[in-house]
Amino acid sequence: MKNFAYAIAPDISSASEAAVQGAQLVAGGTEILNWMRLGIVSADRVIDITRLPELSSIDRQGDEIRIGALATLNQIEGSDIVRQDAPVLSQACLLAASAQLRNRATIGGNVLQKTRCPYFRAEAATGDRMPWPCNKRVPGSGCSAREGDFSRAALFGATEACVATQPSDPAVALVALDAEVDLVGPSGSRSIPITRFHVTQSEAADLARTREGRRLLGGDAPETPDALIENRLMPGEIIVAYRFSVDTASRNSAYVKLRERESYEYAMASAAVCLDQSAGQVRQARVALGSIAQKPWRLSGAEAALSGQTLDEARLTSVLATAFSDAEPLPHQDYKVKVAQGAVRRALTKAGGSIQ
Amino acid sequence: MSDGIDRRSMLKGSTAALGAAGAAALGSASAQAQDVASPSGTPNVNTSITLNSTSRSFAHEARVTLLDLLREQAGLPGTKKGCNEGACGACTVLLDGERINACMTLAATCDGRSVTTVEGLAAADGTLHPVQRAFIEQDAFQCGYCTSGQVVSAVACINEGHAGSEEEIAEWMSGNICRCASYPQIIAAVQQAATEMEG
Amino acid sequence: MTDMHKIETALTGIIVADDGAPLALPENGIGSPQRRMDGPDKVTGQATYAGEDMPNGTLHAVLVTSPVAKGRIAAVDTGQARAAPGVVRVLTPADMPTLGSPSVPPTAQSKLPMSSLDIDYEGQPIAIVLAETLEQAEAGAGLVRIGIERAKPAVFDTAEVEVPPTEGNGYVLGELDPAHGDVDAGFANAAHRIEATYTTPTRHHNMMEPSATLAEWRGGDLHLNDATQWSWGLQLSLAGIFDMEPSRIHIRCPYTGGGFGAKGYVWPHQILAPIAARIVGRPVKLNLTRTGCYTGCGYQSGTQSRLRLASDAQGHLTAVEHHTENVTSVSDDYIEFANMGTRGMYAMPAYRMTTRVRRANVGTPTAMRAPHEGPGMFALESAMDELAYEIGMDPLELRLANYTDSDPHSGKPFSSNKLREAYAEGARRIGWSDRVHEPRSRRDGDKLLGLGMAGAIMTTFRNASQARVAMTPDGRFTVEVGSQEIGTGTRTIFAQVVAERLGIPSERVTVVLGSTDLPPASATLGSASTISIGSAVATATDNLKTRLDDMAGRETRPDEWPDLLARLGVDRVQAEGAFTLPGDVSFDAHGGQTDYSMHTWGAVFVEMEVDEITGIARMRRAVAAYSAGRILNPVTARSQMIGGIIFGYGRAMLEASPMDPRYGRYLSKNLSGVQLPVNADIPRNIDVCFIEEHDPHASAIGVRGIGELGEVGVAAAITNAIYNATGKRVRDLPVHFEHLIA
Repeated sequence: MKNFAYAIAPDISSASEAAVQGAQLVAGGTEILNWMRLGIVSADRVIDITRLPELSSIDRQGDEIRIGALATLNQIEGSDIVRQDAPVLSQACLLAASAQLRNRATIGGNVLQKTRCPYFRAEAATGDRMPWPCNKRVPGSGCSAREGDFSRAALFGATEACVATQPSDPAVALVALDAEVDLVGPSGSRSIPITRFHVTQSEAADLARTREGRRLLGGDAPETPDALIENRLMPGEIIVAYRFSVDTASRNSAYVKLRERESYEYAMASAAVCLDQSAGQVRQARVALGSIAQKPWRLSGAEAALSGQTLDEARLTSVLATAFSDAEPLPHQDYKVKVAQGAVRRALTKAGGSIQ
Repeated sequence: MSDGIDRRSMLKGSTAALGAAGAAALGSASAQAQDVASPSGTPNVNTSITLNSTSRSFAHEARVTLLDLLREQAGLPGTKKGCNEGACGACTVLLDGERINACMTLAATCDGRSVTTVEGLAAADGTLHPVQRAFIEQDAFQCGYCTSGQVVSAVACINEGHAGSEEEIAEWMSGNICRCASYPQIIAAVQQAATEMEG
Repeated sequence: MTDMHKIETALTGIIVADDGAPLALPENGIGSPQRRMDGPDKVTGQATYAGEDMPNGTLHAVLVTSPVAKGRIAAVDTGQARAAPGVVRVLTPADMPTLGSPSVPPTAQSKLPMSSLDIDYEGQPIAIVLAETLEQAEAGAGLVRIGIERAKPAVFDTAEVEVPPTEGNGYVLGELDPAHGDVDAGFANAAHRIEATYTTPTRHHNMMEPSATLAEWRGGDLHLNDATQWSWGLQLSLAGIFDMEPSRIHIRCPYTGGGFGAKGYVWPHQILAPIAARIVGRPVKLNLTRTGCYTGCGYQSGTQSRLRLASDAQGHLTAVEHHTENVTSVSDDYIEFANMGTRGMYAMPAYRMTTRVRRANVGTPTAMRAPHEGPGMFALESAMDELAYEIGMDPLELRLANYTDSDPHSGKPFSSNKLREAYAEGARRIGWSDRVHEPRSRRDGDKLLGLGMAGAIMTTFRNASQARVAMTPDGRFTVEVGSQEIGTGTRTIFAQVVAERLGIPSERVTVVLGSTDLPPASATLGSASTISIGSAVATATDNLKTRLDDMAGRETRPDEWPDLLARLGVDRVQAEGAFTLPGDVSFDAHGGQTDYSMHTWGAVFVEMEVDEITGIARMRRAVAAYSAGRILNPVTARSQMIGGIIFGYGRAMLEASPMDPRYGRYLSKNLSGVQLPVNADIPRNIDVCFIEEHDPHASAIGVRGIGELGEVGVAAAITNAIYNATGKRVRDLPVHFEHLIA
């Protein structure tokens, strides 16, 4: 990587301004350093935002929990507030990465991770050193993963251009918690639901043809930018916090992560479940899946179908079958649908659900 | 990407077209004495760290990681480079008491903070840290290359209160890969040291 | 299973008699449970490794490698790189000197690096960037522009099957196509038959220390600080390549951070660093990146084994076929003899085997723990389990029915073999008698449970070695030997050998290793260090004693020696010793020209749990009992075997380096994309024991070898246990979700 200028941001607005001008913001650095090494990004200026005040607290006010964007995954995992009222988020943080990385990785940066697709992650200092096509690396070059061997490829929302998935674990929990993302940018503050924060490739393709999409890409968008859009964070915008309401379902929540290796590994599929079940009947279930789309994949249809019903084996099987009926696994990856369904089943049980 | 590389753009630079491999004799190669540059390249940041309880200042390039600063400039190669991408844990050090991957940390971000490496764990008189002793007694290493990171990680694991059970230790020590695979012995060593440190 | 992992518990019963009775461990000398002599250095960070030295003026080198697997270099533009801050020189093929021809092995590949414009594999070195700092060299490497005319690469799946040449091929370890007896009749007349194809994937060593070298020329001599398993092989290789006297090449190898085979032979970086250092007239440090290790220092070839087994009604094998193929490079014929174990494991009246390669645009494969028997015994021991189910016979009983006490291939008796005792002890420890043969019979909550076992066999390799032992008037002894410490505990056990021979505490012995300025010694490869160097150390020690007795003019005891030396005014007395092989060869395998066939043996038992809802399987317990000759140090030996078992777990459950066939590039060349076992994968109760044994034929000290044996058989034991749990037979490693999910 080339050398860069380095500065510590004194406040959010100066960080935001620097980002608009092309500076790379860094907090934990556990993704960005690798992007620079791999040749995914290149920066002339790096702005350290870890010393911004008041962005790392985890508070509860009334029924709302607020988590500052600079809170590390280990801080969230170990927070009594989170463990008690949103165990799904604590568990998702614990099951991410390693103890060392979780001491650095912030919840703000974590949801901005890029796909673990090995075609995308190829070590190539420059585009002409890429061993294979990848639209996220060299827009318009093509997608090698579609006919290749990427076990974490999307089941939902993929396009011909890209089959990437979002690997964040905490993001899946935040989606199941219906969190809001608080953003500060050049044009002020705004909040959006985390369910709308990330986008699938097909949503990205639609967005790319809108004014919002062109703004998302900043000034120098390439001709075929679909695969570059991964979320709705505008240039210069910084995540400052997540907020969500505590309810019975959030207190009875769980995260299950399935992977070849027992720890220190990204998910093949994961499931976050918030479950309010009383006398065998589901009052409310919120279910989100990780690593099967470029955004945490909410099973809204299944949630509705389970609401007010008993959680019996036959119903669960049919609800899950429906939820995955439009899944589009890559060739030889049909098993991933079952893995994702298995994650939901195990997460429902872990959240205290009893399946009749 | 049939050709992969745009050859037209190549021609703009001072392209050296290559014929048959050259045949310069090994002995007659040109060896010109050069001024040795500073080990840090052209520094554009200054970083002050309390390193193993000693105040140290470094002028370095901003792109230098804490790991490379330790190994190449601070004379502390005990912290190892196994993957340089946060995927093995061989570079584990304590930053303000918390374990981190030094390879994933820009040295500049450590300004004003305290760093403890494996070289800083034993007492000044050379008495080994209980974790170091336990690693020897339980034979918790073989080649030794991951050991610095394992030992530092184990110190933090115990201090964090994550040494309560074998399962907990296994999970919280999984950020340190040992290819010689002394994993059961590492757990035994952490348990032994935890008992001693807490007792 | 209480505290099985605590060392004081684990060492009780680690050495057992033939009947399984635990034996007491001696307090000193051979067999005593001593801690590693280099322990304090390793736990304090004081142990330094090859790439950590930094003589004044050292330049950092970074390789620019080919992003394509096949093609031809059209142009290399170094202009931008040369203009980058700190970059001192960029070397391309045009800068390469004329070189001698390398011997293969120890050189891994016959085609020298950067000697041609043809690209034969992805990752092939194209240029070297030399800069004042590591960051500058890395950045400079990113600025070299390469123009390559691409061609379509051949890969394992598409390459033609070839008979590898045996003439002049240093990778030939035995006959390619051994055959014996009437195989067709053996099948025709059999009561039971099975036939299946098993595959193991290409995978990488992933030793924790990436290969590293530091080259410096001083007064016409080459000094190399190198992370190697074979200092002498490196010296020999470079002497040929640079046309130099070997004695003018000085290899120093302070500590080697693991190797598992990757640091055995000589790879491009070890050739290029000295060339670069010579050209720029400064020391050059070339530490491979982790990514560089995926194409820069070998890998274990994927294998495909087709097995046919036939037996009579009682399970006695009547015919065996084992046909194997592995991938190799354009330039060389590395052969993974996956049928090697099958040649020696069971009584076979008739067999037929073939050994083939497929030539592809890949780097040359190399030995990786455990070569040959590692991938091959997954196939044989899976097939034996399939045969056991076909017959309806207990898998352990089937092994016992086919036990042989002579080598079925050479006909020689085994030098020593306690495999039956190992089977019995392993079975007792895992509780095999409680196993239910019918699959899907045992459950724990959501999980299916299964027990599986496999036999293990490993070739005994031996290397001619020398050693020197010296004594000083302070009563201390020094062992000097040009070996290398890669984690096997060589220092500690050599001290124990001296202590045993002289009846002194091993604390009085210092072991000096890691330099070719010391007596030439075995490679740390092929589980051959202890048998080879340990024997040389024992002989040198005996010679030292004789020397001191001669000086005294009578038989003396070591406690008399300090006075003797003082009286005679002698500062140091030393003696040398050698381990030689019949026929005066430098290396042999399977007993070579002796009258015995030499192998090590083991019995591996595991319990697996499988959740069919999620497709996840995990190991619950592992027990292994070994017949490996005398054990010099049960502490370090146990650690090596546990490490081998976990290496085998990796083979079975996680490890693979898949290649995209369209591009001839590994999908991932990093540890975030390639899964190795982590602590949480591994059950704490891995129970290892050795049957007490003293092999009088293999070495002077009763030893055979252990390092690789621990890996053998584990994968088959795991998949056999998975079959017992689920009824699902996994023949293609590693085990994955798709194999197990309901």
